[in-house]
Parts: sequence; C-alpha cells; structure tokens
Amino acid sequence: MSILVDKNTRLLVQGITGKAGAFHATQCMEYGTNVVAGVTPGRGGEIFGDEVPVFDTVSEARAKTGCNATMIFVPAPGAADAILEAADAGIELIVCITEGIPVIDMMRAKVGLRDKKARLIGPNCPGIITPGQCKIGIMPGYIHKPGKVGVVSRSGTLTYEAVWQLTSRGLGQSTCIGIGGDPINGTSHIDAVRMFNEDPGTEAIILIGEIGGTGEEDAAAYIQVHVKKPVAAFIAGATAPPGRRMGHAGAIVSGGKGTAAGKIAALEAAGVAIARTLAEMADAMIRKMK
Amino acid sequence: MNIHEYQAKELMQKFGVATPPGAVAGTPEEAEAVARSLQASDLVIKAQIHAGGRGKGTFKNGFKGGVKLVKTPGEIRDLAAKMLGQTLVTAQTGEAGKLVGKVMIAVAKDPVRELYFAIVLDREAQAPVIIASTKGGMNIEDVAHETPELILRMKIDPALGLQPYEARKLADYLGLKGVFFKPACAIFQALYNLFIATDCSLVEINPLVTTAQNEVLALDAKFNFDDNALYRHPDILAYRDITEEDPREVEASRFGLNYIGLDGNIACLVNGAGLAMSTMDIIQYAGGKPANFLDVGGGATEQQVTEAFKILVSDGNVKAILVNIFGGIMKCDTIAQGIINAVKAVSLPVPLVVRLEGTNVAAGRKLLQESNLPIIAADDLLDAARKVVAAVKK
Repeated sequence: MSILVDKNTRLLVQGITGKAGAFHATQCMEYGTNVVAGVTPGRGGEIFGDEVPVFDTVSEARAKTGCNATMIFVPAPGAADAILEAADAGIELIVCITEGIPVIDMMRAKVGLRDKKARLIGPNCPGIITPGQCKIGIMPGYIHKPGKVGVVSRSGTLTYEAVWQLTSRGLGQSTCIGIGGDPINGTSHIDAVRMFNEDPGTEAIILIGEIGGTGEEDAAAYIQVHVKKPVAAFIAGATAPPGRRMGHAGAIVSGGKGTAAGKIAALEAAGVAIARTLAEMADAMIRKMK
Repeated sequence: MNIHEYQAKELMQKFGVATPPGAVAGTPEEAEAVARSLQASDLVIKAQIHAGGRGKGTFKNGFKGGVKLVKTPGEIRDLAAKMLGQTLVTAQTGEAGKLVGKVMIAVAKDPVRELYFAIVLDREAQAPVIIASTKGGMNIEDVAHETPELILRMKIDPALGLQPYEARKLADYLGLKGVFFKPACAIFQALYNLFIATDCSLVEINPLVTTAQNEVLALDAKFNFDDNALYRHPDILAYRDITEEDPREVEASRFGLNYIGLDGNIACLVNGAGLAMSTMDIIQYAGGKPANFLDVGGGATEQQVTEAFKILVSDGNVKAILVNIFGGIMKCDTIAQGIINAVKAVSLPVPLVVRLEGTNVAAGRKLLQESNLPIIAADDLLDAARKVVAAVKK
C-alpha cells in the first residue's frame, strides 16, 4: 500500500515541452507512471512522445483526460502561478519540482490554496514515488523497491542514499515523499508522518531532515503522542555555520533556532532512533524495527 | 543578499520612509560637497561596510571609530580622507576587517526615544511578521532573552497586507501618540510597502527614533533580500557589492556551484545540498574538520567538477579532498570521467578520496581504478570519511 500515489494516478505534466519537463516526463513514463496529459500555454494541440496530448490550460487537461495529479516543471517566475492554476482546476495532488520560487510568491500561493482540495508537495523537491506503481519526480526509479517503510525527506540525493541503503538491506518502501528544501512548502514532515501512520501498508517510518525551521520538531511532538510504528531519523547539518543558507533556501540556522542538535533532541525524546551519520540510516531503521 | 547603509537610505527615500537626509561619497571632496548640500549644523559620517559595530571599530591605520559626529563640512572632508581606502576592524568583521570604499554623510539627529521595528518573513507563521519594541538602540536578541514581554509580534495576513488599523495598533503599542501618531503610521506603512515591493526577507530599523522636531525617523536600517527574487529586481541586484563577499563563493556561483567556506582542512565536493551537509558532518564525526560546503547540484557536469576542484585547491588550508557523488540521473561513469579530467587539469596537490554510488557505479569505479591517478577509492561513506581523515594525518 501507499500514500497519495499508486497505479491509479493519472499524471499531468505542467511544463512538459521544456527541457527538464520533457526529460523527466519520459523517465516517469518509462517507470510505468500513467502520464495522461501535458500543459504548456500556447502549445495546446501538440502531442508529446507520440501519445501524450498537450493542452493550453490545466482546466482543459482535467476536463479531457481526468488527470488527478500534476508534476510542475515550470521555471521559478511562473511556478507559483502554475500551482494556483492546478489547484483552481481541481487537481488533487500537486508536485512542484521547481527550485528558486520567491518566498513571497509561495506565501501568497498558500493563501490561494486555503479553500482548495489540492495537496501540494514541494516546491524545490524531488517528488513522490510509490515503488512499482507510480513515480512523480526526478528520483532514479531503479533504486526503490516495493515494501513497507515510509520515507519522508527534505533532500534529494540524501534521500536516494537512504533508499539505496534500505533496498540493499531488503527493506522496501511503501512511499517515498520528498517535501523539498524551501522554507514555505505544501507538505511538512508532520503531514507525511500522519499519512504514513494512518496507512495500513506502512509499518515503519524513516524521517530525513536538516537544519532550519521547526518541521522536524513538530513531527517529533506528533510522533510522541500518536505513532506506535517504529520511526528512525537522520538530521543533516550538525556542522553548518549559523546564519548561512546551506544550498536549500530553508536550510539556515537563524537566531539560534533550527539547529540539528535541537531537532535530534526533540526526536530522541519522542522515542525515534537516530542515525548518527548518513552511513547508518538503514541501520537505525532496522534497529528500531526489532 | 545584503546592501550598504547608503543604499538602504536610497531605497527608503524612494519609498517615502522618513529618514535623515544624507548621501554617499567615494572621495573626500565628494564627502565635503554632500555635507555642504545638507546645510545642517550637526553632521554624521559613517564608514560603509556590511557589518555592525562600526562606531567602536578601529582602522588598521590606527584611526579610531567608523562613525563620527561633527559640525562642519571641512571636518567631514578630513574624516573621509582618514576612512576611505582604509580597513575597518569591528567586533563583527573578524580580524581581517573590511575595506571601506564609501562613506555616508547624513544630518545628525538627536534621538529623544529609541525604538525597534522590524519586518521578517516568518516561516512558522508563513507570513510577514512585524516585530516592535520600545527597547530600541540595543541588541534585540538580548531584549528577547531578558525582557521578552517588551516585544510585540504582529502577524500580517499576506493576502491583506498591513491594514491601517494594524499600523495604528503598533503606534499605540510603542507609545507614539499626539504629534507622533500620524508620522508613525506613515512610516510603518511605507516600510511594509518597501518590504513587499522589493521581496525583502528582513527589514530591521534599530533604532526607530523620535526627535525634538516631532519627527519619527528610521535612523539606521538593515535590509536582507530574498535571493530567489533578485531576478525580478535588477535595481536591487545592482546594489550587490562583490568585494564584501568571499571571492571563492563569488567564483563558485559563476559556475552554478554552491560553495560556503569554513575553517577546516578537508574539502568536500558533493551533489545535492542535504548530501553535502551530511558529508561535512561525517567528516567531523570521523575526527576531521570540513573546509567547505560545496554542492555541484543534481547535474554535475564535467566543467562544473573541474571548476569545483580549482576552487577547492585554491584554498591553502585544504590538505585532502573528499568527493561524494550519488549518481541518479547522472551516471557514475560520467562523473568518474569528469573527476579524472578535472584532476589532470588542475594537477592535484593533495590526497583525493572518491566515493561513488548509484547508476553505473561499477563502470565508474573501474574507470577510477584504471586511471592510474592517485585517487583513493572508498565504498561506503564512513570508510571514505575515515580514509580522508587519515590522509590528512600523513
């Protein structure tokens, strides 16, 4: 089982005719994702990859194909608008890959999402994958294996490390969700943990975090009260200097808050097994599952 | 991105934020001309650097104080001559200090009350938050620590913006009544407009002052801008002062590399920010000291890898390099070839440990082995970290 995406997902790709959109749409299709439509304003009427119809608007794509999820590859200046367009068209799951969206745009987009049914994942994220069923994003599909560990992470390649370790040790994944590296996003650690907690197909959860914000601490508080399934975690950035943005817009220790040490302490207090280094992520999960 | 005080003043003037008249100068003559144009009997001259603590700082030429109050344009000229082209060391610059390229001359104002006013994009609130306190002119973090009850935090709805009644509430909280009431509301509104219009992440006015002439003024201003939004503010981007930034970081950004210099001796090169942070962490865990954060991005082209190596070896402190790449869409053999070519191009002076994982990893490792270059291969990350720490000790 899984959360949010499975073999029934019908995927739209916004920005499908751009270089990144086209490449990754093809990769997702090769993985087995059911890509049913593309949107690039002004390119409606074209066919992508011999079989995917391209539309000018998300509304039209929705009406004509029944797409229920979207993967956004629109460049940063237009990405928040693309998110709002998808929500307005009634798309239930919006996965925004784009990095570099101005924070104020995301602040406003969250306001625009308030009364819509859409769940937003990202922006600045690698996407979401239910191994063997549906891949929405840029992650390498082959490292994943169907199973029962739920993975939630802010990072891209660090997540692939974790998944690689889990798969190598025989621990498949129910769903892997990359929530992204931006300070304001659609789905936080606590949201993903809650969904994994309620998913009968997920038996254990691994949480990968980093400096900045309070997402991991909020998840820890939730875990303490509500989660009986085994949880392991790794937090990156113990050596990051304060006040510097470490690659991700949201990875910054500000005014003494958002440190790796603080997050680790909160998670440990909630009974989460902590991997001391990224080399031990699968070990920590296995340890906790015993 | 940060800007200089004189640039902040220009921005505030543009948005109608009340601030003492003043302007920038790059020579003693210009400084005197600015001083004359102000036609005031009390003037202040301030060295322009991206750091605080200027008043108590010392120049390397022995001259003390980067902020001076004087009465005449002639004195302004003399002081400008002592500051311009000199290096100012303050508590915030570190021992190296910062070179003063410009000075700002302004009308000196005698504050009656000193207050604190800031607007920050708060990620928890997911909205702009106004922070106000009657305790201006001091370190707000000390105030937050000692007397948190003297700080007001007001969340502003991003859809509505700062409403006039909210500005009135703030004025009331800060005790800005009577003749100060209207100018206070005006300055809060103007600052909020500036904040939104320029995609700020932080606007800090410390102190916000009242004067005997019944003014409410921003006496000092610190702005920080959202790097993601600079593409739509070419005028703000034009304020960028590259001389205030680490030259290695500037060089790295030219090639789409994300580099942050630290003070250790083990350099690292990684694809992905989370993986790069974790790599720095595991170096420390294994007993070493990371020299930098370097994210070559998800793509990691051969050119980027080469430029990254050049930047790493240009740091004299670096005694060993650890490369950690997880090839997803990028293939490990492509990365390996890039590393080999880069090593040849820069003729590597220090030990190199490479750990590859992911797509085509076997082919990648084989390429490294057969290259006959002195590259130390490692299979897992802890092994790699231990090897690079050991390589430094040799």
